[in-house]
Amino acid sequence: MTDAPSAADLTAAPADSSKGTLRILQLYPREMNIYGDYGNVLVLKQRLAWRGYGAEILEYDAGDAFPDDVDVVVGGGGQDSGQVVIQDDLQAIAPRLRELAEDGTPMLLICGLYQLFGRSFRTHDGTVIPGIGVLDLETRGGTERLIGNVVATSEEFGEIHGYENHSGQTFLGAGLEPLATVTKGAGNNSEEKHEGARYKNIVASYLHGSLLPKNPAIADFLLRTAAERKFGSFAAAGVDGSRADPARQHAGARPR
Amino acid sequence: MNPLPVLVGKAVRIASRLRGGGSALPGLVVERLDPGFMGRALAAVPHGVVVVSGTNGKTTTTKMVVELLEGQGLTVFTNRTGSNFTRGVAAALLGEVDWRGRLKADVAVLELDEAHAVHFVKLVPPRYSLLLNVLRDQLDRFGEIDATTRLLERIALATTGTVVLNREDPRVAGIASSVTEADVRYFGLDATLRSTFPNDDELRGAEGTAPASALPADVVLRSVDGNSAEFEVDGATTRTDLRLRGVYNIFNAAAALAAARAVLGVSADRDALFSSLAAVEPAFGRGESLVVDGRPLELVLVKNPSGFRLGLKSFDPAGCATMIAINDNYADGRDMSWLWDVDFDSLGLDGVDVVSGVRAYDMALRLRYDDVRVGAVDPDITAALRQFVAGSADRPKRIFCTYTAMLAVRRELSKITKVEVVS
Repeated sequence: MTDAPSAADLTAAPADSSKGTLRILQLYPREMNIYGDYGNVLVLKQRLAWRGYGAEILEYDAGDAFPDDVDVVVGGGGQDSGQVVIQDDLQAIAPRLRELAEDGTPMLLICGLYQLFGRSFRTHDGTVIPGIGVLDLETRGGTERLIGNVVATSEEFGEIHGYENHSGQTFLGAGLEPLATVTKGAGNNSEEKHEGARYKNIVASYLHGSLLPKNPAIADFLLRTAAERKFGSFAAAGVDGSRADPARQHAGARPR
Repeated sequence: MNPLPVLVGKAVRIASRLRGGGSALPGLVVERLDPGFMGRALAAVPHGVVVVSGTNGKTTTTKMVVELLEGQGLTVFTNRTGSNFTRGVAAALLGEVDWRGRLKADVAVLELDEAHAVHFVKLVPPRYSLLLNVLRDQLDRFGEIDATTRLLERIALATTGTVVLNREDPRVAGIASSVTEADVRYFGLDATLRSTFPNDDELRGAEGTAPASALPADVVLRSVDGNSAEFEVDGATTRTDLRLRGVYNIFNAAAALAAARAVLGVSADRDALFSSLAAVEPAFGRGESLVVDGRPLELVLVKNPSGFRLGLKSFDPAGCATMIAINDNYADGRDMSWLWDVDFDSLGLDGVDVVSGVRAYDMALRLRYDDVRVGAVDPDITAALRQFVAGSADRPKRIFCTYTAMLAVRRELSKITKVEVVS
């Protein structure tokens, strides 16, 4: 049971960024951060640092100047009130986000921003909140809240572990692939067994927990894609994954 | 009135105590037999009912309000067992009322869970309410923290006398605008302390950036120096030592003072209030100090990101052996996302000796991403605790634990060593 110090522990977070620096943009950290979304940014930053890359974390809140040269975009979940606050600003920066998405910039979109990257969100009183239409999907506000541990499987990323907590029911358009198929929990909606969406280099999901710590395959997909786009290659060695595996096993064994 | 339900309830209470059973069953029995029992018993209390609610610090703050009022010579009824549901209050009442259902108390001070408080105040409108904070916690139960705010608002609206609000928490202070019946008072912080107690909006990187509140506060915490603090009341500042541990408890002391002052009115004896406050001991598992093998061991209950952050900030890790035990049972919260809203950098120098609990590996994974060294990981709390105690014989010990992990740790400690409660 002793967890001996690993190579990664001994060389923890080398300060050098000799292999280059990626610019990671966190969207709306002030309003959209409710379920440990910072964890996803931290995981990207550290997995770069352990490999000798640098990470520059850019935070974009409503009204800020939208930064140039973004290599990875991360967006999280908020409360209903937070989504109202960012709604207009999101429409204002939508052309930039669309351009980045279509160009193949890797993006991780969780919960609230997953919904708002879709075409629209219809609340259960009938109000329609427009999305930015990067993803061909629609969300309807439900009366039932889907809450609990989720296990889903994807050919690309293997088993995915996370926790869902949403009342929106999301339905994907015919041409949009889900991220994974749910084996425990609800996922996008209570009718289908789909979880999340997968488009170009975007990974969109309802799952937090946070998502990336226990799903390093997704973290490394985002980093590899960004590094290859920017530097032409990605030196993936140097990360000790020994803690994620038992955390995944224990999470998978927990009740819904 | 018919005394039978009270007598039956009392009998069930004695029987379930003998069985070593839970505290809520007798409450259920009396609720069924006589739904008006609780309302009648509490309505007759001369100074009325004080409800304490909010995300963090309810148990310790309730204990402080009780002891402040007792220090003024009042007889206080409270739900001391920590059973903060309506049924738990009814059960606690059964232990205190006479056979005719009458309560011998001058005032009732009740800790109520946010959701259950809404049900309770419909049955028993409180004369006073003390609303502490709204922080991300148990989102798997409440959905969103704005929903929790609306629960607290309903407590405030049912209050007939005075509502005491936290000036520094925008969600709590905002409740004032909907209160029409009751008076509103605030407790607050000196501007220099606001970054120490971030509200939920300030959790990440924006501590203390919200504009300072211009609202006048009845009690203001002016400064904290170790376990001594200065409070400003009525324009005069008093310094006092506290036996309570943890900066979060010291801010809650300002809350308790404001609530006690609301109840006491002009008759409050200021010196007695501060001497009572100085004598308050920590509540069960909340910064409790035990002695294990002649060395101090502190139990720090952590339930949500703010609590964990304040816990880490309150206790210096230098020279101390540290264990963290994280469970994900219903009472702890099932979602582990909250661990990612806590910074563990302060543990980086000394590391964490043992990580345990059902979600030990989630916690260990979290620590790896803050480059904190971990000695051992074992989900089994019994084995982990033995290893922790054996491996840190010469050092003071500290265990951060979620609620059900805390219960398990206490149970195990009493088995493996003589546990003596010192403060």
